[in-house]
Amino acid sequence: MIKGNFIDNLPKVYGIYTGGFIGFIILMAIGEQMGMTAKAIGICFVGFTIFIYALIGWLSRTAQASNYYVAGRTVPTVFNGMATAADWMSGASFVAMAGGIYFKGYGYMALLVGWTGGYVLVATLLAPYLRKFGCYTVPDFVGTRYGGNTARLMAVIVLTVASFTYVTAQINATGTIAAVALDIPFQYAVYVGLVSILLCSMLGGMRGVTWTQVAQYIVLIIAYLLPVFWISNNIGAGFFPHFMLADEVARIGELEQQFGFVKNSAADLATVPKGLAGITKAHSEVNATPWAFISLALAMMMGTASLPHVMMRFFTTPSVKAARKSVGWSVFFIFLLYSSAPMLATLSKLALIDPNLPTGIIGKSIAEVQAIDWYQNWNQANLMFVSDFNGNGTVELNEFFMGGKAVVLATPEIAGLPYVISGLVAAGGLAAAMSTADGLILAIANAISHDVYYKMVDPKAETAKRLVVARVLLVVIGFAGATIAAMEIQGILGSVIWAFDFAMSGLFWPLVLGVWWKRANKEGAIAGMVLGLVSGFVYLVWVRSGGSGFLGITQLTFGIFGSTVSLVAMVVVSLMTSAPSAATQKMVDDSRVPAGASVIGGQK
Amino acid sequence: MAKNAQHWEKTRGLLFVTLAIWAVFSMGIFLFGAEMNEVTGPFGYPLTYWFTCQGSLAIFVILIFWFAGRQEKIDEEFGFSEKGDD
Repeated sequence: MIKGNFIDNLPKVYGIYTGGFIGFIILMAIGEQMGMTAKAIGICFVGFTIFIYALIGWLSRTAQASNYYVAGRTVPTVFNGMATAADWMSGASFVAMAGGIYFKGYGYMALLVGWTGGYVLVATLLAPYLRKFGCYTVPDFVGTRYGGNTARLMAVIVLTVASFTYVTAQINATGTIAAVALDIPFQYAVYVGLVSILLCSMLGGMRGVTWTQVAQYIVLIIAYLLPVFWISNNIGAGFFPHFMLADEVARIGELEQQFGFVKNSAADLATVPKGLAGITKAHSEVNATPWAFISLALAMMMGTASLPHVMMRFFTTPSVKAARKSVGWSVFFIFLLYSSAPMLATLSKLALIDPNLPTGIIGKSIAEVQAIDWYQNWNQANLMFVSDFNGNGTVELNEFFMGGKAVVLATPEIAGLPYVISGLVAAGGLAAAMSTADGLILAIANAISHDVYYKMVDPKAETAKRLVVARVLLVVIGFAGATIAAMEIQGILGSVIWAFDFAMSGLFWPLVLGVWWKRANKEGAIAGMVLGLVSGFVYLVWVRSGGSGFLGITQLTFGIFGSTVSLVAMVVVSLMTSAPSAATQKMVDDSRVPAGASVIGGQK
Repeated sequence: MAKNAQHWEKTRGLLFVTLAIWAVFSMGIFLFGAEMNEVTGPFGYPLTYWFTCQGSLAIFVILIFWFAGRQEKIDEEFGFSEKGDD
């Protein structure tokens, strides 16, 4: 179905797709006016988008290794940027980011800076050189640059640890949204989510994932931006929120002064349902120490540059220079969502706490608030709660509690947007979670099928057999992830941030020094990966079991410790052992010149 | 080989400039987060708040495109640029 000129037709194809999706939204809006139930709209949104993704996945099926592993290296810069943005922005970014900003303010914003700034490292230090190497996977680069199966295997292990930590959270998010939208129990919804994820990737590998991720980006960005602009207009905050919310930010500061942050007693807090939080931190004031902010940003930036599912997206561009530019497009498309999250947090907070707005609930009587329709809905969903701690009959700032997800999920309803928007938001969250899960599962399965099976176990395997192995692994890893997600041990596996720390502990320096330091050798790289990962892990366990930590490095930034150990180990061990062979050094030289054939021959 | 060495020297120079700008806007300015937030920034937001919401993020986007352009120029200068596709 997808012919050679498909690439030339991309703008047209996705233009029609975007138009079709907007048409679908309008159709649903009309349906709502004509009496379609909220549940039916939700099912339509989720069902329709999953069907489209599955269709794209089927159309992208392939029997060629280069198509399966690197989408034939034909993905144009702008589209690779969109696919990377979808690959990058997880269900957590979509649903929880605005909530994090809403509750934690400045301290949380380090994540926004870190999750975009990391791409500067990707563009300058790694992507163009790894692209020139011509590898299929990140461990493929490590294995080729340093030589030997041990280095390759270690890279596969770091990749698997980091990506698997990440993927269960994504499958969990997919399951949560599917459970709500389709109204089925979570334990089954997880597997519905998994099947949808596999439909995108199984037949077409990287090619299928690329073209579904572009489609998913379009859905998720519309689903995020449309409500933000609409809410801003509805509460009279300005038609372009990003440029016009200064007064609103100042007003929140004023209200915080007026209400004050009253501390609740432990006994009072015990009555608040689990997972809900009150507003305890200033909205726009600096509430974290410079080091707390900078260390978190730094950990996220180095982690970004070490996460294989992101790096492998830049293996799909037609050239080295396209790889560089497409990093720029990736951050641009990520920027569109990230710069909107603080605006949504501002709008949501103001709508809820400003007594001058009709939606404001602070200062209203408890009974009045409890009678509001949307309050009842979200209270039932366990995302909102008010309680009269001081017994004066009115809701105070410290007596109002909300779940982090509610900022994205509930604000449209609070601001009086039609239900069709809630359906759209569900489809957007699903797109975000699915696209990231797809990228991660593919990264793990490809590393095992290409680097472990093909490069180490059976180098003579034919393409057909390799691709069967790759697909079987995809399913096995997906099911393993879903099974763990279904067990709902959220607290342990929900921590997306850990994945960054694991990746940077084990992979950052072996990748960077592999390009930038010719003297780096196999022994050094192995020491760097092993000691980095192990020391990071030990530090995490130590801090979590009550250890005090040092230098203000927390369980969110343990990668700073791990990667420092990794750097020292790698340099020391490299210098203590012999320099890499002339052939390896020539390989590094070749990778520094963009023109010419890829460094690994014969793998296109 | 001299050509390659020169090319690499220029490439490294560009890397250091890019990383210096990156370090300033991802970490450097946040050393003075509290002081900077007293200043009114673009669109009337407090300055540090604006940097975390939009400023630093937008600077990274521009920085990467600028870097890509400069690197292409360096590659062209040494005849190392790839032909064709974009």
